[in-house]
Amino acid sequence: MKKITGAHAFIEAIRCEGVKHVFGYPGGAVLDIFDAILDAPDLQFILSRHEQGAVHAADGYARASGNVGVCLVTSGPGATNTVTGIATAYMDSIPIVIFTGQVSTHLIGNDAFQEADIVGITRPCTKHNYLVKDVNDLGRVIKEAFYIARTGRCGPVLVDLPKDVMNSLVNFKYPESVSMESYCPTYRGHLGQIKRIVGMVLKSKRPVIYAGGGVIHSNASDELFALAEKIRVPVTTTLMGLGAFPSGHELSLGMLGMHGTYAANMAVTETDCLIAIGARFDDRVTGKIDEFAPKAKIVHIDIDPTSISKNVKVDLPVVGDCKLVLKGMLDQLEDMKQEISELRNNSESWLARTDEWKKEKPLRYTQGDTIKPQYVIERIDEIAPDDTIVSTEVGQNQMWTAQFYRFKQPRLFLSSGGLGTMGYGFPAAIGAQVAFPDRTVVDIAGDGSIQMNIQELATAVQYNLPVKVMILNNGYLGMVRQWQALFYRHRYSHTCLSTSPDFVKLAQAYGASGLRVENPKDVDDAIREALATKGPVFVDFVVESEEDVCPIVPAGAPINNMLLV
Amino acid sequence: MKHAISVLVENQPGVLSRVVGLFSGRGFNIESLSVAPTLDPSKSKMVITTSGNKQVLEQIKKQLNKLISVIKVVDYSEKSHVEREMILVKVKAREESRAEVLRIADIFRARVVDVSPTSYTLALTGDTGKLQGFIEILYPIGILDFIRTGTIVMEREMHGRRKLVS
Repeated sequence: MKKITGAHAFIEAIRCEGVKHVFGYPGGAVLDIFDAILDAPDLQFILSRHEQGAVHAADGYARASGNVGVCLVTSGPGATNTVTGIATAYMDSIPIVIFTGQVSTHLIGNDAFQEADIVGITRPCTKHNYLVKDVNDLGRVIKEAFYIARTGRCGPVLVDLPKDVMNSLVNFKYPESVSMESYCPTYRGHLGQIKRIVGMVLKSKRPVIYAGGGVIHSNASDELFALAEKIRVPVTTTLMGLGAFPSGHELSLGMLGMHGTYAANMAVTETDCLIAIGARFDDRVTGKIDEFAPKAKIVHIDIDPTSISKNVKVDLPVVGDCKLVLKGMLDQLEDMKQEISELRNNSESWLARTDEWKKEKPLRYTQGDTIKPQYVIERIDEIAPDDTIVSTEVGQNQMWTAQFYRFKQPRLFLSSGGLGTMGYGFPAAIGAQVAFPDRTVVDIAGDGSIQMNIQELATAVQYNLPVKVMILNNGYLGMVRQWQALFYRHRYSHTCLSTSPDFVKLAQAYGASGLRVENPKDVDDAIREALATKGPVFVDFVVESEEDVCPIVPAGAPINNMLLV
Repeated sequence: MKHAISVLVENQPGVLSRVVGLFSGRGFNIESLSVAPTLDPSKSKMVITTSGNKQVLEQIKKQLNKLISVIKVVDYSEKSHVEREMILVKVKAREESRAEVLRIADIFRARVVDVSPTSYTLALTGDTGKLQGFIEILYPIGILDFIRTGTIVMEREMHGRRKLVS
């Protein structure tokens, strides 16, 4: 067998994993790998303009496609710049593998130039990480890294590659299988528990399904839909679960939690059986934890045992993959026609009640002389194709998108839910566009958050990735301003962005297109024009400056305590 | 209540840091810790003593199990077990107290491991309660130096005897 360098072995390994696209940024410690990349025309490398952008792009790629996103950066600052992106992926359970350069092994610990203990730094925000000290371990480590990232509860895995390991020679053979004594996720739910869950659900009078991102990760939307229809149970989703159940369906209650719908929050407060599927009872969902779903028996289906009874005491847990557990439930329900019809009879009045809540207090806003941000989102939803991928930044733009864009399929909504990372949306949209070059990809942004990774416009232009960035420009860090207005006596401390750049000129300076819209009647035309334009476009929507996201549940209050206007 | 949790891990660099980082990052408490390789040198066993309510302990065990480098987690407070710690204690021993220190050592079955004209160094193993009692008795005499290991535990082999009794 011919010996090859660690760098060429690296290329061979990721090729064996089926990697087609790598996001990243070069530097001294990864020169060998970047040299080897030139010999691999089958790998498309996307040069970001900041390492954070590269990780978010790999993350957006993974969320949209379901495949592992890959990122390659240099040591020291290159590696530390990835930390926000890694923590974002960790909080939302996104499968990415981050390769970082490292100084040569004999220099590790010497405070060498561009040295950082990235394995130490990222230990708490990765699912697992590795430092490869011996080139003979390279194949096994990369195999394990991809396996860990995409199995069980997915997450980011970092592999640190010292320079001397990359230029030493190895007889390389990529392992065919993984053998890890200490890692064995549970996929099949316990059959007895599944039977008990079905029994509990069938006995309930006012059941509600609370579906989270886990349904999307395990591609269980069809099973969720089948279950909800079969037993006629209303469904609310978390932010991460948007698209897991079609928004606008008669059984859909919309999103729950801090900015959830009135119907969803009331239903969860009144339900006698809450069926949590791939969700983790986050504080933005539960509000005051002691008063969350106070009348309910709680069922919890999750692949991660640590999620169960972490925040809320669960009556019936089952650890397993959402798709397999839901299939198991559907199998059990096969020969229970009698019980199902009883449940459906019982729940008719419950469904009537949830419908009433929906009609009584729907999400609403009033369009006046200035453009309302919610209106822009509704119009994008109306005009853009059905398979449009929508990313968001974090803040008001994110919550309005969650409320007013009707996501009907999974993997169309990309947003930083757990960590709440401003600057996520634009690079994530770039990653999604790389995965799906022919689909429409829109980033719904604010004037604050778009500036956190605006340099990625150069990436979009370089690779002709026609991402459409819709900036809801209200001149404020809107969500924080809203909190200051509601809970800090309108004292706007450092939330006014009066000196934003001219986004149209800025887009043009990068070689992209820019549009500005100030009048509500021009919104539709601008969206159409942006979607019809070939390259990346910034559309600067000058919107109502002090519009609030409603409903809002004040921090620490129970979720049925909503400020509606 | 104190819980002694044993954690079988892969014997690799950084694994201790993963376990300890988990405790600090999630606000769990470590009262004592002992780590050493097992008979199989590719693995290490840690024993962590910790405390918390039922929910916290459940989380500790689950979170430990979630770490990729962790192979097995056992909570010994749920099992009949033998528990040992060891202390080395250097006690002031001048003429008037030299005999007294040896008497106390004898009562507790401690061993004298070092001696000087003014002090004895005693080694004692036992469970937490015994060691605590020993320290309290020696304290008035004057403790010059003191060091204590973490707890180690092993499950009792009682299955056969249980059968005989029932």
